Amino acid sequence: MLSLADIDPGQSATILEVLGHDSIATRLMEMGLTDGETIQMVGRAPMGDPLEVLIRGYRLSLRVAEAQRVLVELSNSQLAGEMT
Amino acid sequence: MINQAATPSGTLTVALVGNPNTGKSTLFSALSGVPARIGNYPGVTVEKKVGRYRDSQGEVKLIDLPGTYSLAARTLDEKVSVDVLLGQQSDVEQLDLVVVVVDATNLERNLYLFTQLRQLGIPLLLVLNMWDRAQAEGLSIDLQALSARLGAEIVTSTASRKSGVAEIKQAIRRIARTTYNIPASILSQEVQAEISQLGNWLARDSRGNTQLPPFLVERLIFDLDGVHAAQLAQSCPNLKEQIDASRTRLASCGQRVPACEASSRYAWIRSQLTGIVTRPENAERTISDSIDRLLTHRLWGIAVFIAIMFVVFQAITQGTSWAMEQVTDRLQPGLTHTVDQVLAPGTFRSLINDGIIAGLGAVVVFLPQILMLFFFIGLLEDCGYMARAAFVMDKSMTKLGLSGKSFLPLMSSFACAVPGIMATRVIENRRDRFVTILVAPLMSCSARLPVYMLLIGSFVPNLTWLSGWVGLRGIVLFAMHALGAIVAIPAAWFIKRCFFPGETPPFVMELPSYKIPSPKVVFYRVWERAQAFLSRAGSLIFCTSILVWAAGYFPGDHTRQHAIDNLLESQAQSLSDEQVLALQQEHRQIGSRLIRASLLGRTGIAIEPLVRPLGWDWRIGVGVIASFPAREVIIATLGTIYSLGGDAEEENLQSAIQGARWPDGRPVYTLPVALSIMVFFALCAQCAATLMVIKRETNSWRWPAFTFAYMTGLAYVAALLTYQVANQLM
Repeated sequence: MLSLADIDPGQSATILEVLGHDSIATRLMEMGLTDGETIQMVGRAPMGDPLEVLIRGYRLSLRVAEAQRVLVELSNSQLAGEMT
Repeated sequence: MINQAATPSGTLTVALVGNPNTGKSTLFSALSGVPARIGNYPGVTVEKKVGRYRDSQGEVKLIDLPGTYSLAARTLDEKVSVDVLLGQQSDVEQLDLVVVVVDATNLERNLYLFTQLRQLGIPLLLVLNMWDRAQAEGLSIDLQALSARLGAEIVTSTASRKSGVAEIKQAIRRIARTTYNIPASILSQEVQAEISQLGNWLARDSRGNTQLPPFLVERLIFDLDGVHAAQLAQSCPNLKEQIDASRTRLASCGQRVPACEASSRYAWIRSQLTGIVTRPENAERTISDSIDRLLTHRLWGIAVFIAIMFVVFQAITQGTSWAMEQVTDRLQPGLTHTVDQVLAPGTFRSLINDGIIAGLGAVVVFLPQILMLFFFIGLLEDCGYMARAAFVMDKSMTKLGLSGKSFLPLMSSFACAVPGIMATRVIENRRDRFVTILVAPLMSCSARLPVYMLLIGSFVPNLTWLSGWVGLRGIVLFAMHALGAIVAIPAAWFIKRCFFPGETPPFVMELPSYKIPSPKVVFYRVWERAQAFLSRAGSLIFCTSILVWAAGYFPGDHTRQHAIDNLLESQAQSLSDEQVLALQQEHRQIGSRLIRASLLGRTGIAIEPLVRPLGWDWRIGVGVIASFPAREVIIATLGTIYSLGGDAEEENLQSAIQGARWPDGRPVYTLPVALSIMVFFALCAQCAATLMVIKRETNSWRWPAFTFAYMTGLAYVAALLTYQVANQLM
């Protein structure tokens, strides 16, 4: 299954689920990473970690380890783009 | 719920609440003026910022609560905000109004906190701050419709330009203490049913018979590892089972905690904003994005980061040296000189000069670095780079078990741990912040330099290689600076392991858009920190200074010294040069005897058996104890002990310590001894100011005591190893 850590800069995806029942999962959800929401990968830090994403109109940074808990599905437009 | 009747004085108590990066603190300063009172809430590290202003109808007391994204309380620090809001914090009055400060350009996420606050039962005023940016971005918000939908009055403001401040003050007067009916819950039917069921159980069936506000019952169900539940569980033994049962029932109908809270709140927010907030595709964001591509670029990002940090470091070291010299070489001697002319020599004059004026100097001398560092922190935070600096550095700092936010405080500690530790306020996570505070004093600060220079100049041979480019003295100096930083890595690991166990805290951080920093915001920031330092740590540093003066002065008969002072001052003309020299010589010799007889000297002599294995004699022991206020004091103390006076020239002191002998004629100071002293000073916590700032920042004596104990232990063992190994090798 695809996680937020797997998608490339510029790609958008839909959040399927945030895994875990701990304070980290809660924090991610409080920051707006809820099921069904669109999230866009903006870029990575110079050393590859953490990541910068666009969610609910603002920019958020999170570590790869945290992004791996966010299961996503690439947005339709991009799947279509890749097929052509 | 209806608010309590107005108190006769007309004084209102109002809390400011909001997400980080909303300009809430700037608004606080704009409302209440600069002199806020900064203290601590009892038992936690949360700063209590209280400000006041008067309007035509009386006084308004403002409480600035720490910036937060949610009212979920997982730590005692987070619980303070909830307690203040619920009127359960003993040192804060019941609130008459809550001002919710939100970033107008980012309503969706900012309103999350608002949805929690509206269940509190206190009237709310919603302030859409950064309104200028919202307009620049072309954001259109139908304020009337928004106010109607959210059920709260709305005022727009741009705190950094003080616009909207008068309107906010008027609205505070208008809305505070009005009747506030808690609006219908936005949570699902199932969640509401669980909340009322748990509330009823707590009120009736539990042995505690606790009547909780609905807001708290809601938090009990939603907050995994919540502090409120943990505290309540002591009086309600079956609480955990009840909560678990509620959560299980919710999960079985597809509403898992904690996901269901976030999804219902965000779903509600989006439905409220639909149709009344429209955001065009705008240029401003695009500019911010292009800057971001450069500043987080693989190569340029790191280059810019290093360049900025280099400038900051140069500014807090070189840029402040002039001001610091003014304090130590002008202000302090100037004051002392004035006192000398007014008062006759005696104990009282010594107290004023060497206790009080020296103590004031010891406090004021930190101001230049504090002002400079917080000027840059204010600048970097307000322009948006601070979060990027943490973003760029995070990967390297996680290797030390810290986060990217620890970099700047630790780097600043190479100049001085006092501003460095104060800068840890930028780290929200308690564990990261504490570990950073506790290892910051290991960084080799500028106060260690005079000690290194004296000993290196005296005992390290001036060998150079590669036609003078590499020298042994330089290598030793570099090694001493590297030592603390290297030791900090296992120390951080150990402290985290033993005192702050648990999972790695998340690094979920908002990256605000770039903007031109506002001079007002930077000024408030600098002023606030300088004031906090002077009022909170300054008094403690000052007291330590007086105590150490007394320990070096008493007991002892100073009459002859005072008589000599008198003679030298009143009859300088009638004395010949030889007589003056002889008197000065006698004065210094008495000084040396007196310090030996003082409390300080006796302690130093008493601990000689302890410092012998380090290769030290009692004189070095006294010097180390006397340097408790600050490391560099050892130089003046050694000067006094070797009868050179406290302000001895470095060359004289060098030849004195080179000539010092044990009773059997062996030299006291050899290279191994010099190395052992340097290693000790690299790792020890002989800096009262640092310890007092740790006390203030952690709001507990436990942590400065711990810092002192672990660093002294570490310094002792390392100095012992250095001496013993070096002695074997040489």
